[in-house]
Amino acid sequence: MSAAARAPSLPADTALRRLSTLLYRKSWLFLTLLLVPPVLWLGIVYLGSLIALLAQSIFAIDDFTGMVVYKPTFATYAQLFTPANLGIILRTVTMAAVVTVICAGLAFPIAYYAARYARGRAKAAFYILVMLPLWSSYLVRVYAWKLLLAREGVVTWLAGELHLGWLLDAVLALPVVGGPSLSTAYLGTAIVFTYVWLPYMILPVQAALERVPRSLIEASADLGGRPSRTFRSVILPLAFPGIVAGSIFTFSLTLGDYIIPGIVGSSRPFIGQVVLQQQGTAGNIPLAAAFAVVPIVIMGIYLTIAKRLGAFDAL
Amino acid sequence: MPSEQPPKKAAGGRAEAGERASLTLKAAAFGGLLFLHLPLLFIILYAFTTEDRSFAFPPPGLTLKWFSTAWFDRPDIWPAFGLSLRVAAVSTLIALVLGTLASAAVWRHRFFGRETLSLLVILPIALPGIITGIALRSAYALADIPFSFWTIVIGHATFCIVVVYNNALARFRRSAPSLIEASMDLGADGFQTFRHVVLPNVATALLAGGMLAFALSFDEVIVTTFTAGQQTTLPIWMLGELVRPRQRPVTNVVAVFVMAVTFVPILAAYYLTRDTHDFSGGGK
Repeated sequence: MSAAARAPSLPADTALRRLSTLLYRKSWLFLTLLLVPPVLWLGIVYLGSLIALLAQSIFAIDDFTGMVVYKPTFATYAQLFTPANLGIILRTVTMAAVVTVICAGLAFPIAYYAARYARGRAKAAFYILVMLPLWSSYLVRVYAWKLLLAREGVVTWLAGELHLGWLLDAVLALPVVGGPSLSTAYLGTAIVFTYVWLPYMILPVQAALERVPRSLIEASADLGGRPSRTFRSVILPLAFPGIVAGSIFTFSLTLGDYIIPGIVGSSRPFIGQVVLQQQGTAGNIPLAAAFAVVPIVIMGIYLTIAKRLGAFDAL
Repeated sequence: MPSEQPPKKAAGGRAEAGERASLTLKAAAFGGLLFLHLPLLFIILYAFTTEDRSFAFPPPGLTLKWFSTAWFDRPDIWPAFGLSLRVAAVSTLIALVLGTLASAAVWRHRFFGRETLSLLVILPIALPGIITGIALRSAYALADIPFSFWTIVIGHATFCIVVVYNNALARFRRSAPSLIEASMDLGADGFQTFRHVVLPNVATALLAGGMLAFALSFDEVIVTTFTAGQQTTLPIWMLGELVRPRQRPVTNVVAVFVMAVTFVPILAAYYLTRDTHDFSGGGK
């Protein structure tokens, strides 16, 4: 095969070769051929469904028949602003914000250590140890926390062994975050969310930190900056886009999740649970669609701001 | 896991004082890693417990019984596993084709809507899964499409495209266009260049992307809830057991099994793309 390809004679003028030449000359044709399948798939299957969904939110359900009335109305959106539904939205957004902040706090030291101090095999090990939970089963990880947080589970046992049962009880007695046990409290929900999304924060932050040029850190030291000053004025601003990039995932994933709050936490619903319930048991597709618009709008605003902050380059 | 000594820096002694991590940082970093992995170890321990009613810790005794129960006495597990496997395989295949095409287009050409295409690829995972799920479900309902194997696959393939796209694009960006020009200069046509130059160059990245897509699909539950109808994939089975447990330790056994199944492709994907990570790091 290789002998023929290297022969100095001109290659045979086959149909395949003519096609190849055509594609080379008319690069727009080649580009079109490349683009058609993915654009058709994403455009029709994904965007099409998304638009169909959003379209349904402008209809409303007839209270008596339970059927969707195909007449444009704002009634469904108005329902979002009832106190109960506003409470659900507020609860979900607050949880997403809290989880994002905790994730950033936990992820930073790991990312910082991995980016600046770990070398060679230790760095590889760090990377794998962060990746494995990220890609290992989401349900398994949620389930693991059900085991840990249950009233008779590991955390309670550990608190008892350390004679810290009083501390656990005190935390559970707190007004908003507490509850009968960790697995039925908002605190438990926040822990599980944080645990499950943490790798999504570590990876972009580490990527951003890797890109901080060592020479800048040295320059800061040369100019008399103490490590803490260098950290605040050089490293943190340069790592910030990475944090924003990570927060896109932690925030968005929390906004839509219905499994974690269903399994661990108090019984008060989150947006995802309402969407599931409205489209399933309640059969109110318009309201489910209107609720689904909430995370889309929030993420739309979020992504716009994130783009301004340069987070997309850190992804 | 002790960290290796930092390599000698050309910059010399000045940087060395800052090269050692403080104890607090080390503790926070390793504590964080421990937080990520301890819960998974507990799952493994619980797969052997003799207690089947509650989550009591420490386990009153250890047994291998649940492994045989899961294997022999639970005929509901294996069809779910088979369906997950088939869905993941087909979704990965579709994602491989579409993701590679999209990344090749974005790499080689500047065209109107290029940014939009990147956004369109990322959107299915940037927006919460429940949105994708409910959008597809209502679209199926509007178009009168009955639930089937394919209704699951369509959803999975859509959000798997992005991992293939990211992996392939990263590799494309690191490969020199001059290689392709050289191949053309030496008389190869576009198809020969693709087969002998482009494909070997991106093959490991595609394999890695494919494996990640497989793991992603194998594990996906949120979109599947909406697109599966009455069908049960392994994650759906597991969700059912979480909400209404029948034999808790059997769920633990399946969880351990799922971890084993997803860890292998992930480690493989890592080793396949490892060299290019080192390369890109070395270049900077």
